[in-house]
Amino acid sequence: MHVAPHFKQPLLKTPFHERSRAFSQQDSFIAWAGYTTVDVFSSVEQEYFAIRNATTVYDLTPMVKYRIAGAGATAYLNRLVTRDVSKLKPLRVAYCLWCDDAGHLIDDGTIFRLGESEYRLCTGERQLDWLLDSAIGFDVKITEVTAEIAALSVQGPTSCAALKDFGMTGIETLKPFEIRHFVVDGKCIMGSRTGFTGDLGYELWMPLDHAEPVWDGLMAAGRARGIRPIGSKALNVARIEAGFIMPNVDFVSAERTIHTGRARSPLELGLGWLVDFKKGHFTGRRALVAEERRGARRRLVGLDIEGNKPAHNSLLYADRGATREVGSVTSAVWSPTCKRNLALAMLDAPHFDVGASVWAEIYLNRELRWERRVARAHVVERPFYAPERRRATPAGDY
Amino acid sequence: MTIAGPTPKRYDCIVIGGGHNGLVCAAYLARSRRRVLVLEAAQQVGGAAVTREFAPGYQVSSCAHLLHLMPHAMMQELSLHAQGLRLAHDAIPTTALSPAGAPLSLDVDACHALASACSADALAYPKYVTRLQRLARALRPVITNVPPRLGTDRWSDRLALLRLAWHVRRLGRRDMRELLRIIGMNVYDLLEEHFDTPLLKGALGFDAVLGTSFGPRSPGTVLTLLYRLAAQGDGARIAQPVGGLGALTDALAKAAAAAGAQIRTGCAVGRIDVQDDRVRGVTLKSGEAIAADVVISSCDPQTTFLGLLGTEHLDTGFVRRVTHLRTRGLAAKLHLALDELPAFIGVTPAALAGRLIVAPSLEYIERAYNHAKYGEFSSEPILEITMPTVNDASLAPPGKHVLSAIVQYAPYALAAGWEHERQRFMDLAIGTIERYAPGLRRAITCAELLTPVDIEREFRITGGHWHHVDLAFDQFFMVRPLPGAAQYQTPVAGLYLCGAGCHPGGGVMGMAGRNAARQVLKKAA
Repeated sequence: MHVAPHFKQPLLKTPFHERSRAFSQQDSFIAWAGYTTVDVFSSVEQEYFAIRNATTVYDLTPMVKYRIAGAGATAYLNRLVTRDVSKLKPLRVAYCLWCDDAGHLIDDGTIFRLGESEYRLCTGERQLDWLLDSAIGFDVKITEVTAEIAALSVQGPTSCAALKDFGMTGIETLKPFEIRHFVVDGKCIMGSRTGFTGDLGYELWMPLDHAEPVWDGLMAAGRARGIRPIGSKALNVARIEAGFIMPNVDFVSAERTIHTGRARSPLELGLGWLVDFKKGHFTGRRALVAEERRGARRRLVGLDIEGNKPAHNSLLYADRGATREVGSVTSAVWSPTCKRNLALAMLDAPHFDVGASVWAEIYLNRELRWERRVARAHVVERPFYAPERRRATPAGDY
Repeated sequence: MTIAGPTPKRYDCIVIGGGHNGLVCAAYLARSRRRVLVLEAAQQVGGAAVTREFAPGYQVSSCAHLLHLMPHAMMQELSLHAQGLRLAHDAIPTTALSPAGAPLSLDVDACHALASACSADALAYPKYVTRLQRLARALRPVITNVPPRLGTDRWSDRLALLRLAWHVRRLGRRDMRELLRIIGMNVYDLLEEHFDTPLLKGALGFDAVLGTSFGPRSPGTVLTLLYRLAAQGDGARIAQPVGGLGALTDALAKAAAAAGAQIRTGCAVGRIDVQDDRVRGVTLKSGEAIAADVVISSCDPQTTFLGLLGTEHLDTGFVRRVTHLRTRGLAAKLHLALDELPAFIGVTPAALAGRLIVAPSLEYIERAYNHAKYGEFSSEPILEITMPTVNDASLAPPGKHVLSAIVQYAPYALAAGWEHERQRFMDLAIGTIERYAPGLRRAITCAELLTPVDIEREFRITGGHWHHVDLAFDQFFMVRPLPGAAQYQTPVAGLYLCGAGCHPGGGVMGMAGRNAARQVLKKAA
């Protein structure tokens, strides 16, 4: 029998695909890590406001998942990522970065410590080659388990209440970045208080055959809490408000850049707090030590831009006359909750300190007539939006 | 066993491995008043330049068997003759054996046989040799110096590159053009341009592929040939020390000890100790920890980085490059204990004291190489044969003889596995020699074949390659053994390399050991 090579085969369907399709008004699907997923169900605005005011469900299954286990797993991860994984306790999650030898970011992701010597690494893109080469000399086994685990992100102020109603008893006591196993209707679900929205929220991890019953049960239980599925476009608005970066948007993986000088270090991305120079050696450490000593040449910052026109792809200048270029915008959005015109931008030294201001060149398409604006942009603290409820434990019952 | 004085509490430098490079490095460091300790895992020093008994009463240089690369200046600086080094023969001739007809001497002054075979070749040969030596001379600074780093702002690096360019430019337009034309070529095409006689071409091509993983048609084999000539230096001759190559390393050990270095044999290093991204010393397999500010490893890069240091101290990309190094040897070593001197057809007694080459044509070598590409040994191997007892009777019982030969190609990763095939390959190698020396088999009282797998085990060289890391364009000079460790320094502060895997490579040269010592001293200055 002739089997088409993988690159000719259709995108995979997640175990939530049939349910997503039933909800999809726009029938708008996009590719993500080999799967087809929804980018918008009905309208980005409705879905976005559900994140900030009710409960949303986002199909996280395509997130690439690796099982990392063995006596050397902790040592392995500590050499891989820039944070000190030995401080991560079992049933806790940490957001981590990993770099190449030059200290340039390869990717970011979350590490779930499932047991004493068992971890799960979740990341947006496939990394097996790098992970296996990093395993040389370590007693560790790395297996991709993406296709074995269904995952749902349940986010929003009423998410805790909705999950409680669904049967995840006691979830309100789950602390941020904590993991707990729940049994609902005889089904084992792993819950973690994690997410990409900067709001109160959880991620649910389960075997594939639990996917549809869990979806159905959750939708029924969450009706009173305004539950609805969302696509990646609405999530993108929330993540910019939360100040989170996206691969291939705010940085390009060092393993994939072609032009010299396009790879970015964690220090340049403003993620220096995730780099632990004291924990011992990790890949890229020597380069990062040298970079820190040298001082940053550029940095990813948050911008608050005057006016209400999102500064998509804008070039940034030191002067109003837009003659001295000092950077560019990587992500931009009008924030409906903050009522601010926000952006993430890469700025050259010395313009990247909080309090500095630059000028953004914004192009507007007004009924096919292009207009150009130069708006003042202020470097501000990230995250732009960080409600107390995202951390409060026990979580609020809204 | 410990050689020399009382043991200090701590050392400035620990040299891992007491092969010739380790000993040279230790000697130079000790002469600069560093407290040096050499740790050798084997019971005697020498590494791959060692003499040992392979049959009762029969001694042989069990890996390297000729001395032709160590600079005269180094031997003088270290007073090796005062330490007891004597040469049994200091100008060993090379003779190409012919399967049908008279052998051919490769001595430029004595190629009468060539004139009778082909007068054009006899005229071209001296010119070819002179020109190649001229080109090799321009590459001499490449061989002798610490390679510069590219992309730095340091004047010393720029100066080194300029000096190299100057040496090449100084050749004059014609020679420079010729050097740039041929340096990336294969030796087959080069020799085809110059000569007609297959026996001559075979013997000249032989030196380009000896100890490499190439055949004569492989790109880069002119480089390996020029490298060999450049490393030999001006007027260099092939020599044989009295007592074999082990006598050289014994003299080196004495020179190092005389300068104040301590040498401990039978001390296998278990790991290199690192704290806060700096070397702190080593821990022996016995558990004993020895502190030092600097550790210099003469082991191959894979042993050093993956075995002794541990990947947890290195970046993933670097480890990836270390694992990708081509380190698999293709040369085997054959030792025969003989009752009588074999009768090589047409070989004069003078020639018998030298190298006898079995590589009757370039096609023969290429065919021998073809097997190796597919994980098989050559059905008709190429050989470098020596009869060390002709020059040095002390190596065998009175009247008896030793034959020592390098046999190529014998790939490390033999598809069928060496366990079952060793005997067959040994028979085949002996059979090949017997074609040139009828009756050889009758005289054999004992035979030993060391495959690359045996060489790996006996000499602790990953892959059993006598250059540690294959000598090729991409593993040469500024990128040898790999970027990030090409100036004898490593990513870990205080850890240095000084083995054959470093520039300028293997062969009993000692240059890597001397250059590494210079780097250590420079860093401290």
